[in-house]
Amino acid sequence: MSLKLFLDMISQPCRSVFLFAKKNNLPVEVKLISLKNGEQHTEKFRKVNPLRKVPALKDGDFCMGESIPMMEYMAEKFNTPDHWFPKDLQKRARVNEYLSWQHLGIRMHGAEGVHLGERMPGEPAAADKMARAMEDLNWSLDLIEKTFIKDGGFIGGEQISIADLVAIVEIMQPFASGVDVFQGRAKLSAWKERVVQAVGKELFDEAHKTILYTAAE
Amino acid sequence: MSLKLFLDMISQPCRSVFLFAKKNNLPVEVKLISLKNGEQHTEKFRKVNPLRKVPALKDGDFCMGESIPMMEYMAEKFNTPDHWFPKDLQKRARVNEYLSWQHLGIRMHGSKIFVMKVNFHIGQPETPLSNLRDKMARAMEDLNWSLDLIEKTFIKDGGFIGGEQISIADLVAIVEIMQPFASGVDVFQGRAKLSAWKERVVQAVGKELFDEAHKTILSAKDSSSGARLGQG
Repeated sequence: MSLKLFLDMISQPCRSVFLFAKKNNLPVEVKLISLKNGEQHTEKFRKVNPLRKVPALKDGDFCMGESIPMMEYMAEKFNTPDHWFPKDLQKRARVNEYLSWQHLGIRMHGAEGVHLGERMPGEPAAADKMARAMEDLNWSLDLIEKTFIKDGGFIGGEQISIADLVAIVEIMQPFASGVDVFQGRAKLSAWKERVVQAVGKELFDEAHKTILYTAAE
Repeated sequence: MSLKLFLDMISQPCRSVFLFAKKNNLPVEVKLISLKNGEQHTEKFRKVNPLRKVPALKDGDFCMGESIPMMEYMAEKFNTPDHWFPKDLQKRARVNEYLSWQHLGIRMHGSKIFVMKVNFHIGQPETPLSNLRDKMARAMEDLNWSLDLIEKTFIKDGGFIGGEQISIADLVAIVEIMQPFASGVDVFQGRAKLSAWKERVVQAVGKELFDEAHKTILSAKDSSSGARLGQG
């Protein structure tokens, strides 16, 4: 029985898990869960993740949620190349530092922008909230560009790691709703290109087609 | 040159780092940084953590922030007992799952309440009482939701978050829960399972060390908004 991943590609953490699993050709089965249709509330899914969130993982009788621990679990179980989650103490600390910071550092801000853009276009009240959300997002992007991304490299150093996957999927969220996060940010754009190249353009595009398609409607 | 930790005990993540380091008798030097006095903005501290946050760690030339990675770093460097951060794949996954969830799951909520009640930030403009009560009610709702989840989903019956033994997850959880508690919200009232878990954590860590870690916030009573809202 293979390891199962429960994903909705509209969700940032689902995309990082997807990219990681597919790039490494892991022996996993992807099951798509539609949040829009409330599939996370079914009794069947609640057995997998009582918190009713995606992504989730089922490995035999063992079930878990939370994308970063899931990727760490798979990295170790399937012995993926070291650079994804380095064993070296200080290299790992750098990767972990970003992974920890980003929950409050950007995750909240990128998602807000999308929700506001989708639900309340054009209303005066929304404009104010949107402005504040953009301010927060810009602050996050500044920090990512200036403090986290290493010159000419990736967040953890010279090679791509889980930190870059987690970062890119968050940044793509507001981007998909029409906010050009890369405009005027040469360093961020260059880093994005490196990530897309390291992951493979086809796989990157496949992971993001759901949100890019939704925004276009 | 020993490893240095930069902490302000008013901060939850600083307390979990402190508990972990002291319980394990790690060869570290604790340097207290006062957030209230803006010591995180000094040039000297910015070299340690350009994000200007505590806790931070300096190990020779290597500097880092973020409490959970810091504890993981120290656990491995000093080879602490396995239960803190288990090597077993699935046990570790359980611990990591809580550590990941809690950033948005509880960290925000407990902090908001503490800040509102203790009026900690210098220069925070006075909030109209009606707005404050409204915000407080919503923050309490969020906090209760978090505590429900922690009690029902995360804490294992008769044990700890990761299983039968205490781990970093319990330290991270307890310091967050103590934050609103210290501002007068009795989070343990009506929550027998949570209270029992708390006692187990205090016992595992040692009451003296636990009290030492929390004396700063338990004495942070000066509050204009706290008085207006009423303590408790």
